[in-house]
Amino acid sequence: MIKIIQWLAICLVLCLSVGTAFSQGLAPPSNVTAVDTPNDDGSSITITWDAAVEGGGISGYQILRRIADGELEAVGDLLPVGTTTYVDSGIEQGTAYAYIVRALSETEATVDSEQTAPVEGKDEWFHTGKIPLFITMLLFSAAIVWNIYSARSGKELFVRRIPGLEAVDEAIGRATEMGRSILYSTGLGGVSGVATIASMTILGQVARRTADYETVLRVPCRDPIVLNVVREMVKTAYLEEGRPDAYNEDDIFFITESQFAYAAGVEGMMLREKPAAIFLQGTFYAESLILAETGNSVGAIQIAGTDSEHQLPFFIAACDYTLIGEELYAASAYLSREPMLLGSLRGQDWGKILIFTAIVLGVVLELSGVSWITMLLQRVS
Amino acid sequence: MKRQVPLVLCFVFGIVMIFTQFSPHSFSQWTYQEVISWALIIGPFALVLATVTLIQTHTARIRRRTEHWQYSFVVFAGLIIMVLIGIFLKPQNPMFEWLYNNVQLPMDATMFSLLAFFIASAAYRAFRARTFEASLLLITALIVMMGNVPIGDLLSNDTASKARQWILDNPNLSARRGIILGVSLGVISQSIRIILGIERSYLGGGD
Repeated sequence: MIKIIQWLAICLVLCLSVGTAFSQGLAPPSNVTAVDTPNDDGSSITITWDAAVEGGGISGYQILRRIADGELEAVGDLLPVGTTTYVDSGIEQGTAYAYIVRALSETEATVDSEQTAPVEGKDEWFHTGKIPLFITMLLFSAAIVWNIYSARSGKELFVRRIPGLEAVDEAIGRATEMGRSILYSTGLGGVSGVATIASMTILGQVARRTADYETVLRVPCRDPIVLNVVREMVKTAYLEEGRPDAYNEDDIFFITESQFAYAAGVEGMMLREKPAAIFLQGTFYAESLILAETGNSVGAIQIAGTDSEHQLPFFIAACDYTLIGEELYAASAYLSREPMLLGSLRGQDWGKILIFTAIVLGVVLELSGVSWITMLLQRVS
Repeated sequence: MKRQVPLVLCFVFGIVMIFTQFSPHSFSQWTYQEVISWALIIGPFALVLATVTLIQTHTARIRRRTEHWQYSFVVFAGLIIMVLIGIFLKPQNPMFEWLYNNVQLPMDATMFSLLAFFIASAAYRAFRARTFEASLLLITALIVMMGNVPIGDLLSNDTASKARQWILDNPNLSARRGIILGVSLGVISQSIRIILGIERSYLGGGD
């Protein structure tokens, strides 16, 4: 019995000694490395170190750096325990920095790691993490370009029927028969928006027909640059159709850059002028339903098209025809029937087949327990 | 020549701007920011022209006495007052801020609030169960609406909100992603057509 008590006492003393030793002596951060941060503009250095042992008494870290033989300076705030990486983004290019990671205890005792070798931040010309994305872009672009140039051979290309675009002639014809105007809105997007450019392309085709039919085409604009481009486009369309006299510059005008004031202005036009056909093509936000519902209330035939997926349900509910997403971009090819433009549509379809195949393959492989395709896609994203 | 110069510029800058997306180099990022700044400079010049067209439009409305022509005076009053205060008293002036906060913002809010009524009228038309698809839409909308209001969960023991979340996370998200994929491919395709000079509508029409 006495022996057991003696052994217990020895164990207790040993445990207390070990605990005291750990609390008094902090282990310095180990394996500290400083490297130029990959894939950046040379404006940062990444410092890494091993995680501290649990119960080692460390309460945080402070990063210190020095230039050549200069003084040590603290960088950034105190880092919490558990941190193993720090990116110093306040460096100057062409200057070499050496780093020390200082561990701090709750009793404010400190211990420094060994100093790292000096390292400089370097500009990278290519982001290696984007290589899969770059290859995909090249492949997709090559498919489109190949189809565009192969379409020049004159081979007939099948393009599925798009009801919204088939209805363009019907809408213009209706306005002509009723002797009323056509209202065309390019939405809220600026001239740099691809949806706005697609919208202007459709407008060019619509303008050719209104020039033929001598129907009034009214285009309220929200963006001043779009206004000027649209005026040029419509004027050219009228000239090419041999009807420069029918072109009226005042029919294409600026309302305002304010979103809801623009909506109010267009809504007012709809109620006053009661256009027979309304085209809402481009980028739209919350005003989409305000415009579409007002157009519906005046009995106009409405053809909408947008790539804003949140506004599509509103257009589908309130308009007669809606170009959904990519159909907006296909419009120029569909309406003009130019072989080169139609060729690009086929290239686009190849891209869709590729993505669809990747999705099906990914699902099948993931269900079979093979996850490399998922990991690859996660890495790319 | 009038067409070729913009086309060449478009091709060169199109390729350069694509490259800047793959290059983190400071020169490439500087080029990107610089080109964006150039684009911003065009804006104020176009705005002057746009303001002139606005004045012309409303002057014509007053001259021709078209329907509701009196409101064009309100446009001129707003334009003149805000421009004068902005130029002579600066936009930080309390009067300028008061006009913005108490005139423009409430009017914007009024337009935005109209949306609630338009949603109701559009939903009424869309949800009329005349076809199979419309009936499906109606049932789905009812589930989502019940899942959004507290009484839905109270009546269904949390089933409504779970069903709503399932609809949003599965069929709804799948459809949205399909549209986004198609839009992205369409944007790339359109951009290639523009860079290669096949699509020239942005030049003001014609070939």
